[in-house]
Amino acid sequence: MSVRIQQATFDPGAQLNAVHAANAGVGAVVAFTGYVRDYNDGEPVSGMYLEHAPGMTEKALGRIVEEARERWPLLTVEVVHRVGRLEPAEPIVFVGVASAHRQAAFDACNFIMDYLKTRAPFWKKEDTAAGERWVEGRDSDQQAIERWKR
Amino acid sequence: MIRVQFFARYRETLGCDQDRLEWHEGLRCMDDVRASLVGRGGPWSVLDERNLMCARNDELCNLDEPVADGDVLAFFPTVTGG
Repeated sequence: MSVRIQQATFDPGAQLNAVHAANAGVGAVVAFTGYVRDYNDGEPVSGMYLEHAPGMTEKALGRIVEEARERWPLLTVEVVHRVGRLEPAEPIVFVGVASAHRQAAFDACNFIMDYLKTRAPFWKKEDTAAGERWVEGRDSDQQAIERWKR
Repeated sequence: MIRVQFFARYRETLGCDQDRLEWHEGLRCMDDVRASLVGRGGPWSVLDERNLMCARNDELCNLDEPVADGDVLAFFPTVTGG
């Protein structure tokens, strides 16, 4: 299990293979990669800056991963999230989950992303033709975690 | 003493990334600290936002979370990572 916060870009394919290689008992790997879009809220975006809260971020992600491990039989979980300056089309986040069977891997990956979007202290600031702007949180992201509550 | 950190848009609006407050018995919970800061007026009203999030000692919490002398608190806008 690992959580990494880094400025450097990464290769999502290599990350995916590493999740599988970590355990020979793996029957299923589900991975999500989020990328910087060149368009948001009706305007072209030429890049972004990702701020985080050092210390709090690692703790929040660690808790989310632990909660996922309590709910599903997971063999490996890898989370990579970038911070600092990012360009369009670059990867922002990777979540890779390995399990013996596919349903646990699908559900756990979805769960981790839903909670990362709403509970991990990262903030995006986009560059547009009109200048910089902070991205505002979406109600749809808040609603997404309701389905996991029990 | 209580240390309060501000992130992202709040940090920019307030022009500082942290502040220190003398702890007293009137600061029972996060919301007391928030209200005390909002009471300064001007840009501090940003902490009145409906979607404000907060943390105590690096753990996300609610506004009714109790606070104690020596705590490191944080206020920040809704997170937008991923």
